[in-house]
Amino acid sequence: MGTIIMKRINTGYYIREGVSSIFTHSLMSFGSVVIITACLIIMGCFSLLAINVNAIIEDFEDENVILAYIDENRSEDEARALKSQIEALPNVTTAVFMSRADAWKSFIGKYKDQSRFENIDESVFRHRFSIYVDDVGRMGQTQIDVTGVPGVIKVNANLTIANGFVTVRNIVSGVSIVMIAILLIVSLFIMSNTIKLGTFDRREEIAIMKMVGATNGFIRWPFVFEGFILGVVGSLIAFIAQWGIYAAVTGRLMGNISVGFITTIPFSHVAVPLFLAFVAIGFAVGVVGSGVAIRKYMKV
Amino acid sequence: MVRLTDVKKEYANGAKALKYVSFELNSGEFAFLVGPSGSGKSTIIKLLTGEIAPTEGTVSVNGYDVGSLPLRQMPYLRRTIGTIFQDYRLIQKKTVYENVALAMRAVGATNKRIRERTNFVLNLVGLDTKSKATPLELSGGEMQRVAIARALVNDPQLIIADEPTGNLDPPRSLEILMLLKKINELGTTVLVVTHEKSLVDRLSQRVIAIDGGRIIGDGMNGYYNYEED
Repeated sequence: MGTIIMKRINTGYYIREGVSSIFTHSLMSFGSVVIITACLIIMGCFSLLAINVNAIIEDFEDENVILAYIDENRSEDEARALKSQIEALPNVTTAVFMSRADAWKSFIGKYKDQSRFENIDESVFRHRFSIYVDDVGRMGQTQIDVTGVPGVIKVNANLTIANGFVTVRNIVSGVSIVMIAILLIVSLFIMSNTIKLGTFDRREEIAIMKMVGATNGFIRWPFVFEGFILGVVGSLIAFIAQWGIYAAVTGRLMGNISVGFITTIPFSHVAVPLFLAFVAIGFAVGVVGSGVAIRKYMKV
Repeated sequence: MVRLTDVKKEYANGAKALKYVSFELNSGEFAFLVGPSGSGKSTIIKLLTGEIAPTEGTVSVNGYDVGSLPLRQMPYLRRTIGTIFQDYRLIQKKTVYENVALAMRAVGATNKRIRERTNFVLNLVGLDTKSKATPLELSGGEMQRVAIARALVNDPQLIIADEPTGNLDPPRSLEILMLLKKINELGTTVLVVTHEKSLVDRLSQRVIAIDGGRIIGDGMNGYYNYEED
């Protein structure tokens, strides 16, 4: 009598076992999904908060422009011709020209209720450019560069506010990265322990499989499929919940007049990257968590 | 088939389980391994199944040198051995059929081959009518027969039964022992580890007696004369 040795890929068996194991150990499966979902929602909330804070700061930054006043002896056409020189400077995204006539109209329009400005002459104003920059942090250097353009006689830039934005953005980014990293590590730890509890429950089953001559791969794959399914299910639930939470919070914010200056990013803009991140984290945690969790029972 | 040569086993805690044990088990043989608790019987089983490696000496099973076998090769050694335990070691959530078929699935057998062979061995152990039952629905004797079917399903060269009748009443014990004898008559080498004198005496077979980590007797009947603890 010879030993039966037959090689065959047991994919169907692995999937069936993985799925059936989810229902057989339903309480543990439920616990794993809840923990994966909860951790992803916490991480998602924090990420969305950071993304929105960053966007709000960018909006404020966009409004913080450099004003460059042109020598009054230059004609409107000569002044307008400086646009290309200014836009060629590093860090400058656009330079919007405003003639002295437009500046006068704007001023009068602004102070039309005050009679003392009624007789002010257009010649008092200078042609000017509103210069938008790419990086507010380099605004000081851009101000120096613009000053060096021939024909520019005065440059106004609020560097204190600009530097304030840079500081706030750096703090928000730094805190976000640290918090997301901490949450990710904590989540991995909790999830891996939850999966470990599940596999501890099945150590006898693993020992039996080892005894009958199962390879590590044969034992591991059903656990990996199980972890994959739990991870992906958890991430899908988390994504839907995150969507609901985000819609509810942004809806309330928009309806609140006291925070009317805040604009939030529509969920549709972040949905795809968030979905992909959730599924990737759920997949990685499920698969890696279950793989790591059963490792110690395999060394026989 | 099975050869232990000057095998010494000392555990990490300093306990000396085996002191230069040597014996051979030829193909198609039936033998009892007897001895009191702590005599080294379990250590021998663990050595034969590759759970532990000898400290000194060589352990050869079905052509594999267990002491030097890499961990990734261990499943292939175990596929040549069918192991039966006192506590049956069945997966409670699986049916009788699934418990037996698992051993074939683990070696990558086709579904058709699994169906044929599983039904054949269940018939051989008299459990063909209970294939859909779970272990919880079976008696002790039936559970042990499932374990025997599982050990047998991959057509191993060697069956090791570790106290297979320890949890059974005398009639069921004899039934199990006769089943093992029947399997041996079909060509499989069988090593039965037991405490039960009456059962050993029922079969005139080779008895290897061990005590204090040494072989104290090896022959046909009559070597089972030590005092139990």
